Amino acid sequence: MSGVEGYMYPNEITLYWSVLIVLYPYITGLVAGAFILASLERVFHVEAVKPTYRLALLTALAFLLVAPLPLVLHLGHPFRSPEMYFTPHSTSAMAMFGYVYLWYLMAVLTFEIWLDYRRDIVLFSQSTKGAARLIYKIMTLGSSNIGKRSLHIDERVGWVVTLVGIPSAILLHGYVGFIFGSLKSNPWWSSPLMPVVFIFSAMVSGIAGVMVLYMAVTRLRGKTIDMRCLDSIAMYLFYTFIIDFSLEMLDLVHRIYEANESFRSLNFMVHTRLYFSQIVVQILIGTLVPLVLLFLAQVVKLPVIVRKYFYAISGSLALISVLAMRWNVVIGGQLFSKSFLGYTTYKMALVTREGLLVSIFLTILPLGILWVLVKLLPPWPEEDAPHGAAAD
Amino acid sequence: MSFFKDSGHLFRFAGIFVFLFLAFLVIRVFVVPKSFGEYGHYRGNAIKDMAAKPLHFAGHQACETCHTDVLDVKKTGKHAGVNCEACHGPLAAHAADPSAVVPAKLETASLCVRCHEYSAARPKTFPQVVSAQHSSGMPCETCHNPHNPLQTAGGAK
Amino acid sequence: MTMSRRHFLILLPAAAVAWESVLAGTPEQAPNYTMSEHWWGMLIDIPKCIGCGNCVRACQEENDVPDGHFRTWVERYRRSDWHLEEPQVISPDGGKEGFPSVNDDGGDYFFVPKMCNQCADSPCTQVCPVGATFIAPDGVVLVDQSYCLGCAYCVQACPYGCRYIHPTKKVADKCTLCYHRITKGLTTACCEACPTGARQLADLKNPKDPIHEFLKTHSVDVLKPQMATGAKVFYNDLDGSVR
Repeated sequence: MSGVEGYMYPNEITLYWSVLIVLYPYITGLVAGAFILASLERVFHVEAVKPTYRLALLTALAFLLVAPLPLVLHLGHPFRSPEMYFTPHSTSAMAMFGYVYLWYLMAVLTFEIWLDYRRDIVLFSQSTKGAARLIYKIMTLGSSNIGKRSLHIDERVGWVVTLVGIPSAILLHGYVGFIFGSLKSNPWWSSPLMPVVFIFSAMVSGIAGVMVLYMAVTRLRGKTIDMRCLDSIAMYLFYTFIIDFSLEMLDLVHRIYEANESFRSLNFMVHTRLYFSQIVVQILIGTLVPLVLLFLAQVVKLPVIVRKYFYAISGSLALISVLAMRWNVVIGGQLFSKSFLGYTTYKMALVTREGLLVSIFLTILPLGILWVLVKLLPPWPEEDAPHGAAAD
Repeated sequence: MSFFKDSGHLFRFAGIFVFLFLAFLVIRVFVVPKSFGEYGHYRGNAIKDMAAKPLHFAGHQACETCHTDVLDVKKTGKHAGVNCEACHGPLAAHAADPSAVVPAKLETASLCVRCHEYSAARPKTFPQVVSAQHSSGMPCETCHNPHNPLQTAGGAK
Repeated sequence: MTMSRRHFLILLPAAAVAWESVLAGTPEQAPNYTMSEHWWGMLIDIPKCIGCGNCVRACQEENDVPDGHFRTWVERYRRSDWHLEEPQVISPDGGKEGFPSVNDDGGDYFFVPKMCNQCADSPCTQVCPVGATFIAPDGVVLVDQSYCLGCAYCVQACPYGCRYIHPTKKVADKCTLCYHRITKGLTTACCEACPTGARQLADLKNPKDPIHEFLKTHSVDVLKPQMATGAKVFYNDLDGSVR
């Protein structure tokens, strides 16, 4: 039994939840986080982040469309997945997935994007030609009413959708934390803190993701970055990160202090098999470095170029840190034996359905979809808006 | 009525969902297995499927129907509680068609030590031997009747 | 071991008829089997287990268990004196070919056969998203392999490590308490093969089942009682070091 140290129950030696299950909470976390950043403007009227509002929504949509893929690819029988819609088991948190996902995709995200972009869609459907014109025409759902009252109704309804969307985003990602946190069989996962930690780290990844994307896309477009916007996002990232870090430290300190029967085994696992991914990547490089940089940017008057570097570095490290956190939770939870007497190793495949190459592809795919969405629904109306008479 | 004129697009959007939901309800009737929910939140026929799996071990009652002479020897000895297939392996095929499937004769030299080779891990009250010293590799049936091991020497037959 | 030919020829048709009735039908149709009359469990008598591995082999043959996966397995413990939290445990290939012999080294050795505990409040059936695993009305936890998605949530939820994903069928698999045998009045393959009676099938709803008398006169425990799973596999003389 290669890779096994100590004693594992014979059926525990293989890991069943692979890197794909690491990716899924990461992707839905980005969705939830990006959406909450967008809602800051819509519901809490934080004007400063308005330049990223539409980009955040499109980012959320791009990642949400990819989100079911790692789950379906991981299943032993992917084509039986509709069973979760037809006979969901009410006691299973996982059964909620199908409905929460559909609700969030259709009634929240697509609806909100459609309402916000409707004026542009109608104008595009009149000004473009060929296949694009057909696509926009379909997206108008046959209504070309962009009168003042109609748009005002859209605005009000959109506000309600965003308001409903915030608890929906929390539910979309919180239930993933609950899937892990509610299992009494696994002491690394079992904790009421788990859904809360998942949500806050999701917000960190979502805010950092939108921040980094905004910087990258603005640079690619050759435009100037709105520093008031960027500083504002960085501030929210900083505070969210503090809360997330505090929660994770609380979990750690609590475990060390309480030292229940699982502690010795888990402690050994963190110091050996998870040392690099948890201590080095997630905590030291991925959390402490960004916190220091963001803190400095908050309290010291730094020149714009320095702030930009700090934000770019912090955002990128934060994204890596949250991915590492998902890895440490999912893979870490399967590396130790439930007998507390042994450890196994995760042998990640390269080219199989659940391997590294597929994971890399699934991480890049949302960016490709985002590119298409940005082309279809440009987030920056000032220069790229279609010109056309608005019906009054 | 201008309200409806200005919000007509919302009703169209909602209409898509209503349509999809109704389609879902219809599809569901065809897709969900008929016996689902019969006993609980699962396919009731799954119980029948599980019960219909084939047998490989016949069970000692089946053996004893025919092999009464062996049973008579076994039931008074130390191996009374050892079922036939514990040593002879799965023989449901033989029970179903005794003349067509003939069980192989067992090699006692390698079989008996599975249980009786000495190990300090086994319960102290269990009869164990260090086979090298006890029999020097001779087949156990030379001195022991496998069906009644402490019966006086006479061999297996 | 001979039988007279006459004896054989008389018994053969009788045996064939008896065998056919044993093989007949589904639980609700087979004579004498009504699900609601049974509540299945098992009794494992630790002092009787000799670590021969017969049960592991028999289960594999009866249920076509794939290599490297186990519906039942045997662990060998070595407890050193009072060190209950640090036993040395091995289970070479699940104990399928028995265990290597050891000499007396002052440690306290014993064998612990393990299997699905057929929990009455099973966490595995609670988490299944589609209802592919369930507890049947007679107390056996089963997997509907034509409905299972292979998501492995139940495998993660089981505190005892008794489930696995079948490598070729790609669905969840585990001990079924030989449901296809017990519904015909037979015992499980592991109990049939156990030479010392360390494993005994128990029908908790049957007032005449010997387990009731056993429970009155012995101290029993279940694995991980703090998990409150309603486990129905009872262990006689279970040591505190057993994980």
